[in-house]
Amino acid sequence: MNGFIYLKNVVSLELDREKCSGCMMCIIVCPHEVFEMKNKKAIIINKDFCMECGACQKNCPDNAISVRSGVGCAAGIINGILRNSEPSCDCDSNKINCC
Amino acid sequence: MSFYDEIKRLKMTTEYYTKFINGILWKVPKTSTVWSRKDIWSTIKVRWSIGRMNYRIKPGLYAVGNPDSNSEIFVTANFKLSFDHLRRALHEMDAWILVLDTKGINVWCAAGKGTFGTRELTYRIKAHELDKLVNHKRVIVPQLGATGVSAHEVKNSTGFRVIYGPVRAEDIKEFVAAGLKATPEMRKVTFPLIERIKLIPVELAYGKYYLLVVPAIFFILSGLNKNGFSIDLAWSAGEKAVIDLLSAYLAGCVITPILLPWIPFRRFSLKGLSISWIMAIPLLYFNFLGNTIFENISWFLIMGALSSFLAMNFTGSTTFTSLSGVRKEMKIALPLQIGATVLGIIGWIISRFI
Repeated sequence: MNGFIYLKNVVSLELDREKCSGCMMCIIVCPHEVFEMKNKKAIIINKDFCMECGACQKNCPDNAISVRSGVGCAAGIINGILRNSEPSCDCDSNKINCC
Repeated sequence: MSFYDEIKRLKMTTEYYTKFINGILWKVPKTSTVWSRKDIWSTIKVRWSIGRMNYRIKPGLYAVGNPDSNSEIFVTANFKLSFDHLRRALHEMDAWILVLDTKGINVWCAAGKGTFGTRELTYRIKAHELDKLVNHKRVIVPQLGATGVSAHEVKNSTGFRVIYGPVRAEDIKEFVAAGLKATPEMRKVTFPLIERIKLIPVELAYGKYYLLVVPAIFFILSGLNKNGFSIDLAWSAGEKAVIDLLSAYLAGCVITPILLPWIPFRRFSLKGLSISWIMAIPLLYFNFLGNTIFENISWFLIMGALSSFLAMNFTGSTTFTSLSGVRKEMKIALPLQIGATVLGIIGWIISRFI
């Protein structure tokens, strides 16, 4: 997995353990094993593995997770800059085939 | 084939599954778990970006095998490739498939955009009256759909529990056999060599007509020198220019993605840069770059910038780069890439005349 870690200390993921009720949804939806359970609450164990997909935030019933989610895609970011909008892969136009 | 042709084709050939469930006669399109020759051929075409944007199926409910009120409901996107992988994974099972309208985009990308999301799932559960179809009140959503779906909100508005299935459709059988439990391995997104190789056709097709136009411009400019234009020069120097450009293109679009985890840098731009320069060394040795040091340096700049940019674009195809990370990388890399390209092209043009 080592070759598949992106830049260090840049991810915007935050977990408020005070609010966590230990439902484990974040552990279920995270595709990169960022969370783990400790003392019946979630903790972040691999923050640099996070790709900011936002699944944990969306599925946290306690609103304990915040992350600035979006596409980790250079072409999408350039698209956003050119159109002065949010980064978007724009899969539904014929211009880019990123996904 | 356009979207509407596809619907027409579906309408003409659709076989229906009819059954009395909970006092209602259900009539649902039936789908096969085996890919036809046509499915296989169109999958290959889509991998090459041919007709990719119109590769859709009609959203709605489908039947696999002989499902009843106890059968599971699997949710997917209306990108035909997503649908095809799901139905193939349900081989010899009795199940329902609920296809969301994601405008022909796959599950993960559509979830990121929100089209594969809470609203559409809630709407479909209600519109297809799934509460009257099944007794268990749960739907199985692929884990990568979680980016767009909020399980607790769906539960609140429909009463249906969202169970997140495995990342890969091929694990569904095992997941069901284990009592709808996914192992940590099934939950993890990986990016193995075979997946990266599958993406190469899409990457190669990225350049589209630029792949012809840019080399053509370089080819014509190659013919310029102090004495005006020479077609012989265009052939001899132009051939080199085209080889150098294509080498850089391959370095960024093919070799960097294949070697991705083994190239020691974390930044994709540096990965692409290093590969293009490694490729430039034999080109330099066999005299394919330029005739002067000035021209050689120009080529290192152009090839490095091109490959670095293309490699950076591969972040969009990977499964592990974050928006914050890519932003940070681009802030430094993009100005350098533009600068190197401009300097390289100016240097190369000047070297035509000295």
